[in-house]
This record gives sequence, C-alpha cells and structure tokens, in this order.
Amino acid sequence: MASQRFERRTSDTEPGFTTASLPDIVFMLLIFFMVTTVLREQDIKVRTQLPEAEALTKIEQKRLISKIHIGPLKKGENQGETAIQIDDALIENRRAIRQIMYNKLQNEPRLIASLKVDVGSEMEVVNGVQQELREAGALRINYSSNRQNPPN
Amino acid sequence: MPGLLEKRRDNREEGEIPTAGMADIAFLLLIFFLLVTTINVDTGIGMTLPPKLEDQDPPPVKERNLFNIRVNAQGELLVEGEMATIGQLRQRVKAHVTNFGEEPDLSVSPDDAVISIKTDAQTPYDTYIQVLDEVWMAYREIWNQIARTGQTPQGDQVLNQTYDSYEAYRSTLEPQEENQIREAFKAQISIAEPDTGD
Repeated sequence: MASQRFERRTSDTEPGFTTASLPDIVFMLLIFFMVTTVLREQDIKVRTQLPEAEALTKIEQKRLISKIHIGPLKKGENQGETAIQIDDALIENRRAIRQIMYNKLQNEPRLIASLKVDVGSEMEVVNGVQQELREAGALRINYSSNRQNPPN
Repeated sequence: MPGLLEKRRDNREEGEIPTAGMADIAFLLLIFFLLVTTINVDTGIGMTLPPKLEDQDPPPVKERNLFNIRVNAQGELLVEGEMATIGQLRQRVKAHVTNFGEEPDLSVSPDDAVISIKTDAQTPYDTYIQVLDEVWMAYREIWNQIARTGQTPQGDQVLNQTYDSYEAYRSTLEPQEENQIREAFKAQISIAEPDTGD
C-alpha cells in the first residue's frame, strides 16, 4: 500500500517536457541549412586538382568571385585535353574570355577572378588566360589553392 | 448496405493527421542538409595583374633592384642567372628586399625591389605556384616581424600596438580599412609577360 501513498503525493500535472514546439525548432534549423546549402552551383566538366600553398588569403566576399576552371576534360577514366570552363560553358575560343569577363566586370567592378587550375596544367594556358583577363581589365585574380600541411 | 456504411462512420473517431512523426521527418531532413552543407571559404594566392599597356614600354627597373626568377619547362629554377632550388628562394628574396643598399647587387630599398617571375610555356603550374608561394612567404615573414614589433626593418613605427602575426593583424582590419603593414612594406611581384617567340 506504500505505492498508493506515493501516487497521492504527486502533483496533478503530467511530468515531462512539452515536445509540441520541438518540430518548430527543428524546422527553423532545417530552413537555415536549406537556405545556406549550395548543392552544386555548376557542372564542372574539367578536372581541377588544386595546388597546395602556404601564403593563402581568404576571400570572404563570395559574391565577388568568378571562377575560371582550367584542367583536363573529364572523360571517364582517361583524361582529355586541357580545357577552360567559365560558369557552365567550356570555352572553345580563348579570345572569347575577354568579352565574358568584361561583361562580368560591368556588373561587379570589384570582381575577383578565381583561377582554379589543375596542378598538371602548363603555364601556356594560364598565361593565355591572364592575358585575356588583362584585356578585359579584370586584374584581381586569385590562384585558388589548398592549405599546405606543415611538414613536421 | 447504406445502413452498414453509416454505422461504420459513426464508430469512427474524429479524423486527424498524427503529427508525432513530423519531428522525425524534420530531423531526417535536417541531418541530410547538415551533412550536405559545406561552409567553405575560398582560399588562394591573391595577385593583381598589371594593367594593359597601350603601346608604351613598362617603366624601367634598375638591374640591381630586379630579382629575376626563371622557371623552365622541367621546373628548374634560374635565380639571378644561377641555378637554384625552391628551398633557397625564401631566404634569397628576403635578403634582396631587406638589403637597403648594402650589397651592390641587391636592391636599393624595399620600395624599389621588384621580384620578377618568368615561366616557359611548358612550365608545370604546380612549380609556378610553389615559386610564387615562396616569394609571398618571404614577404609574409617580414610582415610577421612588423606585426610583432610594430616597426619596419628600417625602424619606422607603423603600428600602435603589436600582434602575434601578420594574419592576426589582418583579421582585425575592416574591409575598407587600409592595411598599414602592406602599405609600409609593399610587395612588388611581377609576373613577366611570356615570350611570344618560343
């Protein structure tokens, strides 16, 4: 009969949290992550294995970045020729870069051209693209690279 | 028949969607987006290309102020006319820019010193980035020193307070604020125009 005495002492309100607002909290978080997630901006058709470097700078303002991918074409297992990709399109004629970049520069004067170049590329392509960027007046560039693991 | 249906309806409880599973669904979606999200910051080596010159020669640079680095197709380095390795580069660049006119072959002052990197058409991009990185790191080390002491190597007072490193100083800057260290000790790295001949 001890248990009956115990029961009598408990308050009328049910114990436990109210989980009614839990979905609201979760939905709020969900919406946050849905908004911040960028699944994949573009379909990258060239392989770009970035080099490693130490003297890195961060680009905080993502809006300013315009990516230029340079690397071998992805063709299954074997690699194709070196190609240049800006946004979604592969650049057939290198001289077209200046017009594309010039137009971009009109929309965003503080544009930073982020060069995502594959480590195996030759400087001839990079120099060619740089000359085009100079023609367009897009002088701020960034050689995209990953942080080097300190040798220790 | 109609009577039977009606009877069933009577027995039925009030129609309501059970919302207990809602939280589970939301959690599942949440976990998916948590995994998929990468808040990555773009990092890289920043450079400013020289503006397009309209039929005019680039400004002349005195030979002693110029520090020539040439990288050939095999990734070998020619520094000031001699073979060198990437490992030596940082010290040599530092010696060049902080010479203050002492050695007759090195720069007159940091403001006059120009580091020129020239590559061949077949130079691997990887080697080029390594060379560029070493040159930048040479400047970074000097900037680190300025940040720690608040003074340039010449002894000019630049900062009112000291920082642990150049990056620590940089992180305190507002986007529009002037970078005092870089202003006091300018890095002048020139990416030479490629030869059109070969």
